[in-house]
Amino acid sequence: MSDMTTATPGSSATVAEPYFYTTHEHHPENGTLLGFWLYLMSDCLVFACLFAVYAVLGRNYAGGPTGAELFDLPVVATNTSLLLLSSITYGFAVLQMQRNRLRPTLVWLGATGLLGAGFIFLELREFAHFIHDGAGPQRSAFLSSFFTLVGTHGLHVTFGIVWLITLMVQTAKRGLVPENHRRLMCLSMFWHFLDVVWIGVFTFVYLMGVLP
Amino acid sequence: MSTHSDTAEAVGSLKEYVTGFVLAVVLTAIPFWLVMGREIHSSRITAAVLLGFAAVQIVVHMVYFLHMNGKSEGGWTLLALLFTVMLVVIALSGSLWVMYHLDTNMMPPGMHGHDMHDMRTMP
Repeated sequence: MSDMTTATPGSSATVAEPYFYTTHEHHPENGTLLGFWLYLMSDCLVFACLFAVYAVLGRNYAGGPTGAELFDLPVVATNTSLLLLSSITYGFAVLQMQRNRLRPTLVWLGATGLLGAGFIFLELREFAHFIHDGAGPQRSAFLSSFFTLVGTHGLHVTFGIVWLITLMVQTAKRGLVPENHRRLMCLSMFWHFLDVVWIGVFTFVYLMGVLP
Repeated sequence: MSTHSDTAEAVGSLKEYVTGFVLAVVLTAIPFWLVMGREIHSSRITAAVLLGFAAVQIVVHMVYFLHMNGKSEGGWTLLALLFTVMLVVIALSGSLWVMYHLDTNMMPPGMHGHDMHDMRTMP
């Protein structure tokens, strides 16, 4: 009750004040996106180190198979298109979310998840194929750095899919509330970021790896 | 609901996503075509062209998919990105530079392309 008595006399004078506070309250909400961006930048440094390792060791074959002998470029091209398509389907999901349409958002998110799963499937099949042919990570420095770099990217995509499924369940249950909106925007950045890293992988590892 | 309009401007439009996608497809298809069709004979030139296409495609993804511009979050995302790019360039070029010189200065003749284990057994 004492709060009420202090608030009522000053309320007419301070009507403009709380309004200013609410506009400033926007910063914590954007703060999540900025903070998540900073996380992505640190993740970028992890990948930069792995790329540097591959750049140094990528031609040390130890008498084992070379990239030109191992890499199947049509499979890599398929993988690349799957990931690129999943980027645009996530973009469509964000656009539908922006219009507050729940079902189309979930459909596009589902499409993104399936494309991501297809990417992981093809990558795991490629890895299994390599290991079966005796080209596992222990064969040479080239293969160690290859499996570390490409595997780390694949692990990121896998966790992205886990996150995607979690958010689809949450969104289906609670709707497109601001919290889910923010979470989906974070995952959007994560997903597009992984596609950016993949540009480096398919160019530097696969395409440059098969050059004579 | 005012929070929605706040993030809405940073998310982009259908036109933006489609433009980005078309550019990305073209910038992906050309490098694959160059390598799979053996269009350029020199590996060195092909590698340079590939890296050029990758750099352009990364910028396209940053602008059209990640909506990077100087205004989002008051310019802090762009600043963080530029700082990261600087660190990435130092890490990559530094590693290559140092390791290349180690290789050329310390490898016995004819050892290029072999693993480090063999090198350790040399006197």
